[in-house]
Amino acid sequence: MLSYVVRRLLYSVVVLVAASFLVFTFVSVSGDPLAQLNVIPNLSEQSRQNVIDSKHLDDPIPVRYGYWVNDAVTNQFGTALQGNRPILPDLWRVMKNTLQLVLVAELLAILVAIGVGVYSARRQYSAFDYTATTFSFLGLATPVFWMALMLQVLVVQVFEHTGYKIFPIASLSSIDPGSGIHFALDRAHHLVLPVLVLMVASVASYSRYIRASMLEVMSSDYLRTARAKGLPERQVTMRHGFRNALIPLVTLVALSFGNLLGGAIVTETVFSLDGMGLYFVNALRANDPYPVMAWLMVTATMIIVFNLVADIAYGYLDPRVRYE
Amino acid sequence: MSDDRSSAARDLTARASAAESGSQDVSLAYESGVEVKARSQWAYVRMRFLRHRLAVASLVVLVLIGLVGVFAPQLAPYGYDEQNLDLGIQSPTLEGWHLFGTDQLGRDYLSRVMYGIRTSLWVAFFVAFLSTAIGTTVGALAGYYGGHVDNVLMRLTDLMLTLPGLAVLLTASVFLGSGDPLKIGLILAFLFWTAVARIVRGLFLSLREREFVEAAKAAGASDLRIIVRHMLPNCLGPIIVNTTLVVAAAILVEAALSFLGFGIQPPNAALGKLISDGQGEGFGLWWLVTFPGLLIVLIALCVNFVGDGLRDAFDPTQRRVRA
Repeated sequence: MLSYVVRRLLYSVVVLVAASFLVFTFVSVSGDPLAQLNVIPNLSEQSRQNVIDSKHLDDPIPVRYGYWVNDAVTNQFGTALQGNRPILPDLWRVMKNTLQLVLVAELLAILVAIGVGVYSARRQYSAFDYTATTFSFLGLATPVFWMALMLQVLVVQVFEHTGYKIFPIASLSSIDPGSGIHFALDRAHHLVLPVLVLMVASVASYSRYIRASMLEVMSSDYLRTARAKGLPERQVTMRHGFRNALIPLVTLVALSFGNLLGGAIVTETVFSLDGMGLYFVNALRANDPYPVMAWLMVTATMIIVFNLVADIAYGYLDPRVRYE
Repeated sequence: MSDDRSSAARDLTARASAAESGSQDVSLAYESGVEVKARSQWAYVRMRFLRHRLAVASLVVLVLIGLVGVFAPQLAPYGYDEQNLDLGIQSPTLEGWHLFGTDQLGRDYLSRVMYGIRTSLWVAFFVAFLSTAIGTTVGALAGYYGGHVDNVLMRLTDLMLTLPGLAVLLTASVFLGSGDPLKIGLILAFLFWTAVARIVRGLFLSLREREFVEAAKAAGASDLRIIVRHMLPNCLGPIIVNTTLVVAAAILVEAALSFLGFGIQPPNAALGKLISDGQGEGFGLWWLVTFPGLLIVLIALCVNFVGDGLRDAFDPTQRRVRA
């Protein structure tokens, strides 16, 4: 087990280094870091040269890659071209916000999905099952940004007709959020719509998986044994069925959680939430390669970590899984 | 029962034409001496698919939407960018065929959506075709030969899986320059081909151990012939099903890209871009945001249903659990 984890970690490091080189080469070859500077009128040759010097733009790509890695490890990923701010502190700030959003959304999504999935499986082909299936198909076919927009449209229409603002449709806090419990309530109020949007897609896919895995478990031999020895049906489904049916979900959630931490790019953009996703989109809009690369590396690291967590958790929950 | 008879008649003609072309799988049915209707694998697939009513209906809707897209220049009541300032900001109305309303410049959104469908569907099918072609080729080579090709493919897949897909797409379209449907299609295809490659590789790994491949080898068939004639036909089901998944995913991702402003740009119409244009005009004009989005949902939904029907049709042993 331990040697497996160590080996996986080592392999992950190799993959990460390969990914970083790929990302750096791709962004450096295709993007021109000076493009944004050249737009500024009256830019002195000196400040232009300063940027070239500080980012080592005159050196060949492998050398620049070395400088960049050095910056990333020892110097908070260096500075962004825009505003010359160090990148890592900004990334930490937006990551905290994204974490709030994603944690709440995923937790709620898992709870709802478990309820829907288990109930659909126990009443297969019932009206509830068909309704749930229909909604999950709809949920998977609806673009996230459009759902967010429609919620905003709804809130705005309600406001125009009744003069009542149900939910805020943008940003993480009011201008003057107060402190303590007021701040928390205000934040919660702002997060309702984004959380709802993030939940839809997650519930749609998780509930399908839970239903499928519950159906599979319910037809297994050990469940028949449990019934045969006279356990009440409730215990059969909950203790013996449900707990085993959840195992695949652990992998699924861990995998998508890593991706989600990279920011619900679309949701955060539509609701202008100061999270990872919006940070990334803004860096792209500013054509600034350095925060883009930093963001990609941080996200890639998290995805790798969560993949590892998923594998280990799977082996822990299901002793039949062997590591070689 | 008339259905049975007509299909029997169809089988007869099929058998006749098959006999002419010297196909083998049909004549085998006679050897048992029992009257067995000989149907090709494809006939079974078609039958099972046609029994899936939702899938058939979805296919019909999809074809209709596709036709609207193809003939948008002929069907659209107004031009894509045709402005009519007197008719600005109209909510959906029958008058003048502004079924989807107009924006501040008086552009008719029904017409714009028609052109948007044209571009978006084109991109989706282009991506599906290209990524399937690349993925199948690479997957088949990796699965058949193993060794270096296989190694490179699997490592590349590992690499792709560590980076969040949408972010890579956004980065690529910013730094490679975008706006052109062809370019966006190429970028999307580059992201989507690995899934097909992995599926085909897996199938080939198990197929190459099978007796009929050994027999073909013993008969002296070339590698190319074994891959194309003997192994690939056995993978068609999963490949086709996966292609439908790619179409649906490509529609949604392209819409998101165009919405964020990193995808297709004017003068090319795209549904995602229409939605962000509509958003720019304020939420009072709800119709500008609603209708292009509804079309995206409809297309993605239909593609998914068709894919579902195809999966059931190709793999009758699989239980009808939709996941």
